[in-house]
Amino acid sequence: MSVATSYEFLDKVISATPDGEKIRKCLQCGTCGGICPYGFAMDFSPRALIAALRADDWHGVLESDTIWLCASCFACAHVCPTKIPLTRGLLATLKTEMLIGGSIPQELQTALGNSRRYGNALGESPKKRADWTRDFTIPVPTLANHKDPVDVLWFVGDYGSYHPRVQQVSRALAKLLYVLDVKFGILGAEECSDGDTQAFTGEWGLFELLARKNTKAMGRYQFKEIVTADPHAFNALKHEYPRLGFNRTVKHHTQYLLEHADRLAPLLQNRGPQRVTYHDPCYLGRANDNNIYDEPRRLLRAIPGLELVEMPHNREMSVCCGGGGGGMWLDGFVWEKAHVRTAEWRIKEAIGVGAQVLAVACPYEAPRFEDAVKATGNEGKLAVKDVAELLAEAAFG
Amino acid sequence: MNIVVLIKFVPDLVEDLEIDASTSLLDRSFLRLIPNELDEHALEEAILLKERLGGTVTAITVDFGDVDETLFTAVAKGTDRVVKITGEDFSQGVSNEKLAAIFQGVLADLPCDLILTGTQAVDDLDGFVGALLAERLGLPYVGYVTKIDVQDGKLVARKEYPGGLNADIEISGPAVLGIQAAEKPPRYVVTSKVMEAMKKASIDEQEAGEASVEAELPVQRMSLPETGARAEMIEGSAADVAAALLKLFRERGVLA
Repeated sequence: MSVATSYEFLDKVISATPDGEKIRKCLQCGTCGGICPYGFAMDFSPRALIAALRADDWHGVLESDTIWLCASCFACAHVCPTKIPLTRGLLATLKTEMLIGGSIPQELQTALGNSRRYGNALGESPKKRADWTRDFTIPVPTLANHKDPVDVLWFVGDYGSYHPRVQQVSRALAKLLYVLDVKFGILGAEECSDGDTQAFTGEWGLFELLARKNTKAMGRYQFKEIVTADPHAFNALKHEYPRLGFNRTVKHHTQYLLEHADRLAPLLQNRGPQRVTYHDPCYLGRANDNNIYDEPRRLLRAIPGLELVEMPHNREMSVCCGGGGGGMWLDGFVWEKAHVRTAEWRIKEAIGVGAQVLAVACPYEAPRFEDAVKATGNEGKLAVKDVAELLAEAAFG
Repeated sequence: MNIVVLIKFVPDLVEDLEIDASTSLLDRSFLRLIPNELDEHALEEAILLKERLGGTVTAITVDFGDVDETLFTAVAKGTDRVVKITGEDFSQGVSNEKLAAIFQGVLADLPCDLILTGTQAVDDLDGFVGALLAERLGLPYVGYVTKIDVQDGKLVARKEYPGGLNADIEISGPAVLGIQAAEKPPRYVVTSKVMEAMKKASIDEQEAGEASVEAELPVQRMSLPETGARAEMIEGSAADVAAALLKLFRERGVLA
């Protein structure tokens, strides 16, 4: 199960990853380590890691714990001229070996333990997963209580269900689905974490456990497509669940809302903020070439009076908020090792282009960027809002 | 060193606890039970000791319900043998007195050098199981232990006292120790290892023998804490708040 030498490890990467054999063709150009937001703090950048493996320094690789700085943001894999699957192949597989060997930062252990016990990384009661829909003016039907087929199964995700800030995004999206007269339902207590981020910490066994629970729950209901506001859930449902035999259409909420733009646009009556910039989430853009760059921008431009400005790092060159690959659960570790937060760089870029609002499209981002606004002393100067929140404000005030 | 770890299951405080109006006791019908946190620390300490000194670890629990996953996880962490005590429906809870008697019955056929358990459990905070079991077995007991070592062939347990005091206590084994915290937080074991344990390991099921208990402490009534409207929010400008505070301090005799 665990590997004993560099060569065994390389064989494991190659056999477990589509296009894995490309790792043998690494040119050692170092572009990966150059673009990695934490490359400066890693003992082994992806390039250096491949070099160490070629030199059979497996012991040296396992002695370092800086692989846990990797936020699985796909920047390295995206720029690699040989297109080596660095993020999902090399780095996530090394994390698996670290997990097997027990070299796991404590805060990550807590999140993984919570995911296994409760089905959510936050350690909340699975029974309370749909509690955010209570005392809310808009009806959000739970499929277990709603026998008729629906058009949209809305996969809410851990943070949309439990995190107080991200629940606001869920409520905004619920309003939009309701006003568009969409027949939708949620899984409620039957839903559990999509498992994508757990997988990118190397915990593929846990991913499979969570994914199987979700596919079993979704298999009980009739729906046409899945919609989610979580790029990580989107990525898992689109690229990883099919390996488990679950192959259903999934759309990110920005894709789905844009499809209904003809009915949505006339509702957007309130003028929005004047200057808005948009942060591309890694898992909507670079990851697996999901390439969802235009949909959120077109939705934002539909808001009256809104001027969309771009940050220097945009689209496939976006800088990760730091939440992926387990980063969401490693804030203490990352700070200890790197003494920087990528989310703060992002806030400085947004302020630099004169934005009043940083628009986001991933549940990790509102909490992370709002913290970074405060940490950089910019409180009151920049608001962080999900695209769904900006649309809901334009439609309902 | 051959170590036995005793695990009790307790209500998971992530869920809301409710009192059953008809019995005035905890409504256990929808409770989620999880291994007592300090018992998980006891297991971790046992595995750390095994890694350091060699020997075996045996984990024992009674059949509180869904206990198999916890036992297989224990195997994945390095436990050599897992025992589930069956024969009764224990999911409604077992008194500590009875639990100690049940564990005594199983331990009769299980010679060991050390018995570890959590120093207390969140369901009652009594901390009785370890002490009662030691009394039944005629063994020494030390609770609130945060470290175990062997020095010159003797067992030394570090006991934590209030006020930041520690004592290293030398014990002639075998002994029962109540663990307050393992030397490291309980480890996370990767899911694939747990799955492998489920395939390869087996749980040794043993029927609970006659557990005679001389006296028990039955709970008569449980209630949720009553909240009183005692907090008074003082609002206004800093000067207003300061004046109101001064007035209050004088009224209550804090200031002359």
